[in-house]
Amino acid sequence: MTHRILIADDEPNILISLEFLMKREGFEVTVARDGIEALAAIVDQRPDLVLLDVMMPGKTGFEVCQEVRAQDALKDIRILMLTAKGRDTDVAKGLALGADAYMTKPFSTRELVVKVREMLGSAP
Amino acid sequence: MLPAALLVGASFAYLLLLFAVAWYGDRRAQQGRSLVGNAWVYALSMAVYCTAWTYFGSVGRASTSGVWFLPIYLGPTLAMILAWMVVRKMIRIARTYRITSIADFVASRYGKSPVLAGLVTLITVVGIVPYIALQLKAIASGYAVLTVAPGDTAAIAPQWWHDSTLYVALALAGFTMVFGTRHLDTTERHEGMVAAIAFESVVKLVAFMAVGLFVSYSVFDGLGDLFARALAHPDLRPLLGLEQGRPFAYEQWFALTVLSMLSVIFLPRQFQVMVVENVDERHLKRAIWVFPLYLLLINLFVLPIALGGLLYFGPGNMNAESFVLSIPLAHGQHALALVAFIGGLSAATGMVIVETIAVSTMVCNDLVMPLLLRTRRFGARAGGDLTRILLLIRRTAIVGVMLLGYVYYHVAGEAYALVSIGLISFAAVAQFAPAALGGMYWKGGTRGGALAGLSAGFALWAWTLMLPSIAKSGWMDAGFVEHGPWGIALLRPEQLLGLAGLDNLTHSLFWSLFANIGAYVAVSLWRTPSASETSQAMLFVDVFERTAGSVPVFWRGRAEVADLQSLMARFLGAGRTQMLFEDYARRAGADRIDQIKPDARLVQFVETQLAGAIGSASARVMVSSVVEEETLGLDDVMRILHEASQLRTYAHELEDKSRSLERATEDLRAANEQLKSLDRLKDDFMSSVTHELRTPLTSIRALSELMADDPDMDAAQRQHFVGIIVNETERLSRLVNQVLDMAKIESGHAEWHNSDVDLRALVEQAIETTQEVFRERGATVVLHAPAQVRTLRADPDRLTQVVLNLLSNAAKFVPKGSGHVDVRIDTDDAGITVRVHDNGPGVPPDQHLLVFERFRQGGDGVNRPQGTGLGLPISRQIVEHFGGRMWLDTDPGQGACFSFHLPWPKMETLPAPGAQSGNHEGGEAP
Repeated sequence: MTHRILIADDEPNILISLEFLMKREGFEVTVARDGIEALAAIVDQRPDLVLLDVMMPGKTGFEVCQEVRAQDALKDIRILMLTAKGRDTDVAKGLALGADAYMTKPFSTRELVVKVREMLGSAP
Repeated sequence: MLPAALLVGASFAYLLLLFAVAWYGDRRAQQGRSLVGNAWVYALSMAVYCTAWTYFGSVGRASTSGVWFLPIYLGPTLAMILAWMVVRKMIRIARTYRITSIADFVASRYGKSPVLAGLVTLITVVGIVPYIALQLKAIASGYAVLTVAPGDTAAIAPQWWHDSTLYVALALAGFTMVFGTRHLDTTERHEGMVAAIAFESVVKLVAFMAVGLFVSYSVFDGLGDLFARALAHPDLRPLLGLEQGRPFAYEQWFALTVLSMLSVIFLPRQFQVMVVENVDERHLKRAIWVFPLYLLLINLFVLPIALGGLLYFGPGNMNAESFVLSIPLAHGQHALALVAFIGGLSAATGMVIVETIAVSTMVCNDLVMPLLLRTRRFGARAGGDLTRILLLIRRTAIVGVMLLGYVYYHVAGEAYALVSIGLISFAAVAQFAPAALGGMYWKGGTRGGALAGLSAGFALWAWTLMLPSIAKSGWMDAGFVEHGPWGIALLRPEQLLGLAGLDNLTHSLFWSLFANIGAYVAVSLWRTPSASETSQAMLFVDVFERTAGSVPVFWRGRAEVADLQSLMARFLGAGRTQMLFEDYARRAGADRIDQIKPDARLVQFVETQLAGAIGSASARVMVSSVVEEETLGLDDVMRILHEASQLRTYAHELEDKSRSLERATEDLRAANEQLKSLDRLKDDFMSSVTHELRTPLTSIRALSELMADDPDMDAAQRQHFVGIIVNETERLSRLVNQVLDMAKIESGHAEWHNSDVDLRALVEQAIETTQEVFRERGATVVLHAPAQVRTLRADPDRLTQVVLNLLSNAAKFVPKGSGHVDVRIDTDDAGITVRVHDNGPGVPPDQHLLVFERFRQGGDGVNRPQGTGLGLPISRQIVEHFGGRMWLDTDPGQGACFSFHLPWPKMETLPAPGAQSGNHEGGEAP
């Protein structure tokens, strides 16, 4: 069964590269360009995993993460947060709000793919 | 007629009530909730000035001479208003040096002279006895009016043991002893007594006004009716004018006013309530108007009662001094008559109580103690607790003064009107004025001068006023008054040296004060002040310049703590002394009493405490007897003064230093806060820059890795990715450049190449540069500007950067195909304004300020144009560097309008011709 991945980022070029990467790895991909769109897509499409940017207009990645974790129906959705803010406090905040993993930008595409597979593999 | 038993019963009941008030006042004071700590009580206690003289005598005076009762109240009113600063200084001096009587005040000023203290006390006793007699007379005759049927003169006591006046005197003496000498206090304050006196002031005012209202509105039909009838009466008509059938005696009016001005300050009882019993200098502020108001109120009905009595009884048929009682009685108003009597009683007792307490303190401290302390049994070398003896002396003095008053009442009182008796006392205490006032304001006054002045004044007072009063009562041959002693007419007491034409009071006052002042000044000038006179003069005259910590101590020698302690214990009791010494030890920083340093300050402390109990002169003698002291010369006094003032200067400097230190600390704290917040800002900035750098790097790395992973990627895809990478690289370069630019401007390291700038040409050039961008988006740009504008002094490259930034922002936000941008240049007196107005979506109001912040970009995520978020902040910095400002006007739907204003160069105040021509349409760009 093909896993479905939602990519949420407000940088068009990052969206282009992530979409290409994930499709190449054989995932089914949808994209969102801000926090509100991302939350709607999550509720709507129930992806298996979300690549979630932190600094987005509308709602930040933190807010999206928090709202997803507040809903029981969405508890199986994996969240991998991506952020250009690499400070320790940001990482800790993301994990505390319920993200499953955290990667800082710029990331290695290889590592990202490994991480995504690992997260999906451990999914029930 | 009232039954005697009722009157006596009511009087005693009243005295008991008074005692209850005093007891309550003392109790409250012990509980620390003082009644006396109240400006109203203080002001009311001053009204002890109004005695039986006011209550009965003023009416009598008014019934014979109309408004002539008034100067006695004008004087105090003027004194309060004009001389309150004098009173305040007296209060401060008395408080600082524990002065408890007027005798002590004068003696202390002139080197703590026992002789001077004794003389002042003597004058007081002799002068005040008639005054006390006056009170006794008033009570006795009031009693007679109410209990004896009119015309029954035979009822006046035939033998002294039947004389009710004697019993009144003794009762008052007993009462005063209980009141004022229950315990010994180093401040001689009697809070209970003050409370009782304030209460009495209310009682006598209410009672007197009740009678006044009764006479005016019940006996007569109001004041109008009363005065109209008096005017119609041939005998009473003159009372309402000033002239009384002869020319108005200005000099007498003046003399009476001055006399009462002095009396209200120097009468022993006034000094007691106003200065000694004062607990807070600020209370004086209220007393300044309350006391005169009280005087006004109590005088309001004097004339109506006097005229009413004269009209009712007919002139000469009834003693006018008892109208207050006889009018209600004659109308069958027995209750009112009783109230009036109680009012009179309260006026008399108030005066007697305070006066005898004050005088007994003086007699004890300044007459008896100095003599007693010379004897072997009580003297300096003898031991033993003297507190009981002190109290005994005071009690005896109270009885003694009261009995003297009684004797005088019999000797002279019967022949004299109340007012005349009172004025004799006034004239006596007025003799204190030169020495006391001079001592407070003139450092040159000496002990010799004060002694000479007081003696001369007192002698002349006795000769010209006191002796004639006794002679006229028939107790002495009155021949010397008529013809002069030994027939020498020049020495006639009432026409001394041939001075005639004055009434006897004005005459006496003139001579006594003339001699007093003359002798005081002349003798003072004749001798230079001694060391102790100089030091005391400094302490008195400059009292406001010294605070508790910097009072210089004029003493040098050796002392033992134990000696001083046992000395104090003799006069204040062992318990109190122990407490005072423990307190002193705490303040001096010593753990125990035996660790106190026996220095000059301790000696001064003991002497001041003793002064409160036995007067400063006796205290000086006592202290000097238990210590070994060196005599201070004038040089030493000057040196000590100099040291004290230096100490004060040091203290002042220290205070200044610590204040400036505090300020510096405050500044440092503020600077630190600012640094911290700057640090936070820098942190935020770094974090933002990092974010902005990482975002393009992310795309570049991801796309590069994708291409590296897949060498067979199709050409179009690869071309697309390479294009993105190039764009993101350009974005990175821009960002780095702008961050550096921003940092340079902010740190002040930017280089500015200023020259004269024609802003119109500059804007045209910028529009030209961006022409291609606008054309691509299908937008037009129109320039509205005056044909010519004045040149500015600025860096043209930097201004170009600003204009280009605004134009490229506009280009990013205008709608594709239908974009329109208006560029407008306006000039006015202040400077030049450039506006760039687009027809894009505009900026929501909540982001108006944010657009000028770093890394805040307009637009949403989807169609956010390329930019670094630093363009506007940098532009704003540039404009502000040239003294201008940049702002955003926007109406949603009308597009955004970014403007900046630059001022004209400062040195030119007048705009060049043509610069004001303003807004005509200028050239146009595509």
